[in-house]
Amino acid sequence: MLLNSFLLLAGLLFCIGVYGVLVRRNGIMVLMSVELILNSVNINLVAFGAFHGDVGGEVFALFVIAVAAAEVGIGLAIVLLMYRNRLTTDFAEADMLKG
Amino acid sequence: MIDLLAFARPPIDWHAAAPELTLLACGALLTLVDIVWLERAKAVSATLASFSLLAAMVPVVTLAVDGTDRAMFGGAYTVDDFSLVMKAVFLLTAYVVVLLSTDYIAKGDFWESEYYQMLLSAVLGMLVMTSARDLVTIFIALELLSIPAYLMATWHKVDLRSNEAGLKYYLMGVFASAVLLYGMSLLYGVSGSTMLSDINATISNSQAEGLLAVVVLGLIFVVVGFGFKVSAFPFHMWAPDAYEGAPTPVTAFLSVASKAAGFVALLSLVFVGFWDRSDVYQPLLWLLSAASMTGGNLMALRQTNAVRMLAYSGVAQAGYMLAPLAVAGESSATADDALSSVVTYLAIYAAMNLGAFAVIIAVARRTSSAEIDSYKGLFRYAPVLTVAMTVFLMALAGIPPFGGWFAKFEIVLALLSPGTAWGVVLGGVVGLNSVIALYYYARIASYMWVEAPPDNVQSSSPIKVPASVSAALILTGLVTLAFGIVPQWVGHFTDVSLL
Repeated sequence: MLLNSFLLLAGLLFCIGVYGVLVRRNGIMVLMSVELILNSVNINLVAFGAFHGDVGGEVFALFVIAVAAAEVGIGLAIVLLMYRNRLTTDFAEADMLKG
Repeated sequence: MIDLLAFARPPIDWHAAAPELTLLACGALLTLVDIVWLERAKAVSATLASFSLLAAMVPVVTLAVDGTDRAMFGGAYTVDDFSLVMKAVFLLTAYVVVLLSTDYIAKGDFWESEYYQMLLSAVLGMLVMTSARDLVTIFIALELLSIPAYLMATWHKVDLRSNEAGLKYYLMGVFASAVLLYGMSLLYGVSGSTMLSDINATISNSQAEGLLAVVVLGLIFVVVGFGFKVSAFPFHMWAPDAYEGAPTPVTAFLSVASKAAGFVALLSLVFVGFWDRSDVYQPLLWLLSAASMTGGNLMALRQTNAVRMLAYSGVAQAGYMLAPLAVAGESSATADDALSSVVTYLAIYAAMNLGAFAVIIAVARRTSSAEIDSYKGLFRYAPVLTVAMTVFLMALAGIPPFGGWFAKFEIVLALLSPGTAWGVVLGGVVGLNSVIALYYYARIASYMWVEAPPDNVQSSSPIKVPASVSAALILTGLVTLAFGIVPQWVGHFTDVSLL
């Protein structure tokens, strides 16, 4: 069973995603990075599901995929709204609220 | 292959699911009315939403009278004392939020019917969260309550500050739920099941199997993920910005209901899922609690805006509520005390914080500002609002006879009962922080009572408070006073157990 390779790939994707969220200042790029984390979760879930011979992992992964789609829909709507009002998707420039 | 035709629907206890189903049906009705009546639906949408919430209260009460614990789907969905109390808290909180929103949303340039539909779906997510005892259900409930909340924070579409609040809340929220999911996937990997009770059974003996590192990592990610939701320090960065920029009734909803939902999930995870791994979660929650109390209070000291100050005070309050969890694993008697004290705190916090926001909304009608300076001399032209605000602020600070003291008393009692050094030290931190917090709550009170009003306020005429906001003030004020003055009458409602 090659569980390790799947977990390593997922761990790598997770780290890239977290790095992207922390470093990128562009709304769209942060969204993409969050997607990377969610996909690392899916790999983990499916790999563990196969390892345990339990269908629960795959079902969980399906839920994650469906909910992530809804989440991204909302996120793009909010980023688009910001673009309409400010003509930028760079949220480093969104600095009206501070303190 | 799995034979699809052999699928049999698991038995469903309709009574147990009735609160959620009622809310779902009413939400669908609200949408239908909006589609059919279009503009004319605006007039009834707030009324319909508040009746939906009251209608969902009916099955909660009948379930409480019935009193038996019910479990569906192999225990993934449970209705017990804990979930019923929290369902009632969520429904009443949402009812008060509808009262606060009615006038605010109708007067501003907001989409009205959709606002209440979003509110109802978020509440539906919270009701599901109280009963969820399985990772998938917890995740679905979390998203069902978060996604409408992101939209509600952005509800003032043309206001750049509202856009920014929504964007920050959204980005931190999805990041947190992604980290949370990674932790959940690790816990699933260790236990091979998504049921919290199975996870507890597996992770308690995993040290022998050499999987402790994975369990610790999974636990940390899950707790951090919900740390964002309850805005615990150092995962609170989104809260002050989102609270300040969002429409004020939405802020009230986020700071009370959304935070409480995070706590409900943490409670069921700690008491059902991680119970036997107290060596891992206790130090983690101890640190989170002490950091939230101290960090939140110190940052609240230097705020000049009342909403931001309440945001940081909310961080500190989250710290108080996390505190009993840091000693919960000592014995099952301590665990019951800890759970009851957190549930009591959540109920009282909901009343006093919503009350404070009701006053802020009422005062902003005159001053159009939430700056602390604009509260100067409030007593001269709005004596009733000043008295109400003082009651809520003193309750938040924990001064008897207002509700907050009973909440803090229960917390400290739960911390001291096991008699461990860690619990006693954390009790000391709670005491110290209550003193710091008193300073910034009392500052607003002294501005209101002592100072002269600023020049730009015509202090002659009293503020006109809409009937719905007055009703919200009376409701929250009564609950705050009831818990403070006669805790022996109302305290037993929040006396629950999960073990």
